[in-house]
Amino acid sequence: MAKAYRIEVMACSGTGCVSNGSFQVIEAIKLELKKQKLDSEIEVIATGCNGICALGPILVVKPDNIFYKELSVKDVPYLVEEHFLKGRPIKKFMYTPPDEKEPIPLLNQINFFTKQVLVALRNRGLLDPEVIEDYIARDGYAALVRAITELTPEQVVQEITLSGLRGRGGAGFPTGLKWQAVRRSKGDLKYIICNGDEGDPGAFMDRSIVESDPHSVIEGMLIGAYAVGAQEGFVYMRNEYPLAVKRISIAIEQARDKGLLGENILGTNFNFDLKIVRGAGAFVCGEETALIASVEGRLGEPRQRPPFPAERGLWDKPTCINNVETWATVPVVITRGPRWFSSMGTMTSKGTKVFSLVGKVNNTGLIEVPMGITLREIIFDIGGGIIDNKAFKAVQTGGPSGGCIPANQLDLPIDYESLTLAGSMMGSGGMVVMDEGTCMVDIARYFLSFTSYESCGKCTPCRQGTGEMLKILTRITEGKGQPTDMETLEQLSLAIKEGSQCGLGKTAPNPVLSTLRYFKNEYESHIFKKKCPAQACRKLNEYIIDEERCLKTGHGCDICRKECAYDAISGQTKQAHKVIQEKCEKCGSCYDVCKFNAIKIN
Amino acid sequence: MAKLSIGDLVKIKEESKRKMNLRDGEFKAKITVHMGTCGIAAGARPIVDALLKEIEKKNIKDVLVTTSGCAGLCSREPMATVEMKGLAPVKYVELTDTKILRILTEHALAGKVVKEYALAVGSEKTSL
Repeated sequence: MAKAYRIEVMACSGTGCVSNGSFQVIEAIKLELKKQKLDSEIEVIATGCNGICALGPILVVKPDNIFYKELSVKDVPYLVEEHFLKGRPIKKFMYTPPDEKEPIPLLNQINFFTKQVLVALRNRGLLDPEVIEDYIARDGYAALVRAITELTPEQVVQEITLSGLRGRGGAGFPTGLKWQAVRRSKGDLKYIICNGDEGDPGAFMDRSIVESDPHSVIEGMLIGAYAVGAQEGFVYMRNEYPLAVKRISIAIEQARDKGLLGENILGTNFNFDLKIVRGAGAFVCGEETALIASVEGRLGEPRQRPPFPAERGLWDKPTCINNVETWATVPVVITRGPRWFSSMGTMTSKGTKVFSLVGKVNNTGLIEVPMGITLREIIFDIGGGIIDNKAFKAVQTGGPSGGCIPANQLDLPIDYESLTLAGSMMGSGGMVVMDEGTCMVDIARYFLSFTSYESCGKCTPCRQGTGEMLKILTRITEGKGQPTDMETLEQLSLAIKEGSQCGLGKTAPNPVLSTLRYFKNEYESHIFKKKCPAQACRKLNEYIIDEERCLKTGHGCDICRKECAYDAISGQTKQAHKVIQEKCEKCGSCYDVCKFNAIKIN
Repeated sequence: MAKLSIGDLVKIKEESKRKMNLRDGEFKAKITVHMGTCGIAAGARPIVDALLKEIEKKNIKDVLVTTSGCAGLCSREPMATVEMKGLAPVKYVELTDTKILRILTEHALAGKVVKEYALAVGSEKTSL
């Protein structure tokens, strides 16, 4: 008989909260509950990512939906006694939005959550990812039942096609069409692959989905396998995601135990099984043909397409490869119907999309929103605006393959097409917000350093070209830019796009092209005036000391002189200090250590 | 582990219903036991115990038990408030575990207020 509880404590144990100590907090709560003899009345559940990672460790106390943030082990005894025993929710652990005084007690009243629509993340924070019964209790595997008992494989493909679902991994290829192609491909052996090789800096959508709801991915793959006629599948997860690998492994084992994977699934004649392949973390392995090579045990290098994997994929057999988020969305489309799904979104892009919102925004975290929402709503309503009320400068979407979108396009309703038109892309859903203190040339340099490092080296334009672009960008940020650099960058970009085989090379120049398009003035300032408008490129800054301030407020504290490794500061305690410009190497460490804001950047 | 049939999936879902109702905040009736220091001293905890045990025994799925702080009438603790979805809450005073079980059966499950234990219907205003 199921035990009755009066409170369920839903404690986030996504990677973000775990690194803030959530496992320790969970242990402490369990211990304290035992001490207070409340453990028979109150259950603690370690859930997957709750979304608002900036505030971790997070607890949501059910049934009242009280939201607590930034808890630590020492808060636990008070929390247990006050709230769990005496029923008095504790204000000081609640979330108070910036610019407001009163905390918001309830999760569903916090702005971050109210604008979100959860499809792929439907179960986040509501179940224990390591308990299959929790998933089943929330309609889990009901879509599979519907698919294999009520629908023919063709009808499943049709429903997915009708829903307008497009690949969530980046390219946005219509999922139904892909399934159709695999279904029609000849051959008795077909494969299904889940692409969980998420490698964009600052992106963690797929990791979170697998960590918080691994069965949703398995169920999606089962439905896909039934639709295209596959009997075997692979989940490709990068090894840098240990928690995700652990949870999907547990989930696969449980599903196999219960007969949801294996032979004669749910007593029908449908057979399908799954294996996990761990990736070693090469960015290029997110590209489908490179990923397939990696599963086969070969070097992770892309190959020419066509033939597409739908015709000749894994071991030359027809292969249906979709991204984690796509698979997690499939069961909902089957349960709630294609019309429901396509009622959300824009003309060309239906449903919802998960984004990881990071950078200079107050509420960093994981969000799911309907397609067609504007960037402004995401950054200012959900994200809570820019940290320290600074000015918004740009948002980078689509990871290192995407581009930077400037402030005058904040009202852009986002979908696959609008982002491409703006010079960026949907990508897998990374969103890096930048403020006035971000240098756009430096950002382009950062992303190029990533793609140049991650280029597999097969195509010369990508291998050599990204390296060359990186060299040019680096010298511009160091004040050694040449007048022809912008033109060279543009030419190189076009050549790399044209001459590379796979998506990595074809998109690597995007950060440069989009910043050249929207922030040309910053490039010009670096190259011709040798100045960085954002004052972020230190080599271009001239550091000077406001002598009056140094003496009056800092009393010549002498810390900057001691910090300077180049003996480029003169002065002594209780005297105004001075930078000796000829000796200054512009490392900026004096600027960092001055507590009195006496050091200025010229 | 035995392989599941389609019927088993429905059964698992049904068995977990109480837990999921708790997570979703879904209920037919909600019983709030007041657990201020006064309530605990007067014996509120055995009341919560009795409620949870009975819910477990009878496999009741849509009655939530929660606690809150002192209700302000410390001399008549232990107290509890029963709230039927969409109706005004009813406060009960000077409870014992037998009394609360009668309230659970008659009020929370059958919708009939147990008048002899009830203090009043409704709540204080929280703003003017």
